[in-house]
Amino acid sequence: MALLEVSDLRTYFKTREGEVHAVDGVSFNVEEGKVLGIVGESGCGKSVTSLSIMGLVQNPGRVVSGSVLFDGRELTTLTDRELEDVRGRSIAMIFQDPMTSLNPVLTIGTQITETLRRHMNLSSADAKKRAIELLEEVHIPDAARRLSDYPHRFSGGMRQRVMIAMAISCNPRLLIADEPTTALDVTVQAGVLDLLDELRIQHNMTMMMITHNMGVVAEVADDILVMYAGQVVEQAPAMDLFGRPEHPYTEALLASLPHLEGENVRNGRLVSIPGRPPDLLAPPEACRFAPRCKYAGLDDCNVVAPELREVRTGHWVRSAHPTSERTAVPVGAGAP
Amino acid sequence: MSEPAPSAASRNGEPLLAVTGLKKYFPIKEGLLIDRTVDYVRAVDDVSFEVRQGETLGLVGESGSGKSTTGYCVLRLLKPTAGSVRFDGEELTTMPRNALRRMRREMQIVFQDPYASLNPRMTIGDIVGEPLLVHKIGDRKRRRRTVEELLEVVGFNPDFVNRYPHEFSGGQRQRIGVARALALNPRLIVCDEPVSALDVSIQAQILNLLKDLQKAFGLAYLFIAHDLAVVREMSDKIAVMNHGKIVEMGSADEVYTNPRHEYTKALLASVPVPDPLKMRERKAERRKLKHVLAEAL
Repeated sequence: MALLEVSDLRTYFKTREGEVHAVDGVSFNVEEGKVLGIVGESGCGKSVTSLSIMGLVQNPGRVVSGSVLFDGRELTTLTDRELEDVRGRSIAMIFQDPMTSLNPVLTIGTQITETLRRHMNLSSADAKKRAIELLEEVHIPDAARRLSDYPHRFSGGMRQRVMIAMAISCNPRLLIADEPTTALDVTVQAGVLDLLDELRIQHNMTMMMITHNMGVVAEVADDILVMYAGQVVEQAPAMDLFGRPEHPYTEALLASLPHLEGENVRNGRLVSIPGRPPDLLAPPEACRFAPRCKYAGLDDCNVVAPELREVRTGHWVRSAHPTSERTAVPVGAGAP
Repeated sequence: MSEPAPSAASRNGEPLLAVTGLKKYFPIKEGLLIDRTVDYVRAVDDVSFEVRQGETLGLVGESGSGKSTTGYCVLRLLKPTAGSVRFDGEELTTMPRNALRRMRREMQIVFQDPYASLNPRMTIGDIVGEPLLVHKIGDRKRRRRTVEELLEVVGFNPDFVNRYPHEFSGGQRQRIGVARALALNPRLIVCDEPVSALDVSIQAQILNLLKDLQKAFGLAYLFIAHDLAVVREMSDKIAVMNHGKIVEMGSADEVYTNPRHEYTKALLASVPVPDPLKMRERKAERRKLKHVLAEAL
């Protein structure tokens, strides 16, 4: 059964220039015990999607329509008070920058026990004991002593571990990780990803990993959602997505990555995607990728908006020209 | 713009840039009224390498490894504590100010953040033309023409000269930064994380541009980045830095396919690769290198 069901979620931001459609009709399910990866470039709506799920969208943003079902319970209609019981308890979240999400004037111990006392009703002594266990669980050495340290005494990777300890403190069923390793060095990133994987299995957690890094989703996710300009453009199991990408955007994105190994290393020029993502104040009316797509223009790509459809079992794509149905050669092939 | 004449150095088969025993120590000071140096941060600690004309040396490492400081010392934007930097056969570390100024025409830099490195109050034309003005090259009309040529070289419409940086996206701004670096017809460009602030689809555009320019003008690059795949894509030779030292250096293929140093191995095993099939392999490799990775924390 799906633990989280998001359907037709729309989150708009009112600005002086007009309404920004940051998330524009996003639907997906996260199955219990699985890891869903949401990948996309800056401004594609991946973070706003996760904030919308948590009810954390701030003014001038607003979830204008759609439903978020968590374990059968509708979240979008809950009051703030009711949401507070869900957040941190059943759904926990970790963010990109651990320095801005930790309070610099409170000790790590105070911050971890705060959550425990709010949601688990622990006494202060029990909360402290549990906090030490949690720090040990995220492999912070000398945990008991470090409880009284302030965040600035921790390195970036250690701070993210503290955040993770806080996130898992109440045994949440769903952990949403929004670019958790983007600010970290690669070796530290690897450690944090390995830790998340370990904890996910131990605590039987379902996870959503939001990132711009194709490598990170490949490493952690069972299923992957590719977002572009506020919409889901492709959804597939990880193996299938990387093995046989269908959407021209996904395909181009993977081709534009420099390779670390294999026969594609330094193979002349990289494939680049011309232009840049559309302005979400006035996105293209039909296919949003059409202006940058090398297969568009053959027919009505600029007139008819493609629907998300299943091209093979479990592989969904929003394009008139998915790889498996393509017979035509690209228009103006190789335009820079 | 024309291809630079072979330099004195390359005629003698000498590298364009030769760095030997480079050190940059930053003092740690203590005391209220009278500062007392208690220790040093050894940001760059005995680094040596060479870059030949038309060639790219990739300098890769994590934050704080000293890679950017090395780049700044090469251009003498920072004064090295010790060591030698020879450019085209001439020693830069002891060079007097006006000679250095002349030398700087030959070596330029492209910065990481295209938002911070362009003056928001200057037009694109003024930004790209500023190096020409500073070095008093050509008259107003001539400079204007050069600027238009440069904009065209980096794939810009020359009519954009009167626009301001805020009108452009990150990738476009980085192109402006590259055009500015090219203005004086340099032979060496230090690229300090030139694509790390950009989205992947835009990254490829800039990397391709840098490759094209290298081919067209015979440029040498000191390419500094933390992304191992990007460095591999761009470099002939690669130097891996850790704690201010080069721990491994060799041809790009050698370093990546047959890394010798434990730190290089750990670094390579840590990079997430967009291929779910390789995941298990890398995880196993990381377990083997646990002791090196633990130190990184």
